[in-house]
Amino acid sequence: MATATGLESLVDQYISVITNDGRNIVGYLKGFDQATNIILDESHERVFSTKEGVQQHVLGLFIIRGDNIGVIGELDEELDASLDLSELRAHPLKPVVH
Amino acid sequence: MLFFSYFKDLVGQEVTVELKNDLAIRGTLHSVDQYLNIKLENTKVVDQDKYPHMLSVRNCFIRGSVVRYVQLPKDGVDVDLLHDAARREARGG
Repeated sequence: MATATGLESLVDQYISVITNDGRNIVGYLKGFDQATNIILDESHERVFSTKEGVQQHVLGLFIIRGDNIGVIGELDEELDASLDLSELRAHPLKPVVH
Repeated sequence: MLFFSYFKDLVGQEVTVELKNDLAIRGTLHSVDQYLNIKLENTKVVDQDKYPHMLSVRNCFIRGSVVRYVQLPKDGVDVDLLHDAARREARGG
């Protein structure tokens, strides 16, 4: 249905969250609510830099407040596994400016 | 309400969503909700070299509050219809 944009289809999936401060956090979506607050399990942050490859900081079980969320992407685990993160160089994402 | 209805009619079209952090994502409009949150399928980030952050993402949910623009196909809009609807909405009807 065109009107049912829930996150239900993403529960228990491996997702990538882009937050308003420009961070990229990856983990398993465990829960969400109408305000888009989410619960992320086995999460880690992927830090991009132009000087070295992607660094991963393990975070564990997190709640991210909906205010702070920009994009929630469904990660294709196969595609993601084929990425060589140590070779990726990029500027960190810009923060959201309202 | 107007834009919610408008986007519902656009489901299935290819759009490019530009976010407030300058990231632009192209994809097929899958669904929209009352907050104008957008779900896109078959996504590809515009300028993937600059933004490799979503290389392995194929479907995504974009929170309405971070959208700056939604770029539409030129003939995806019936401008006159939209104009009329907007006029009615502005009148409070």
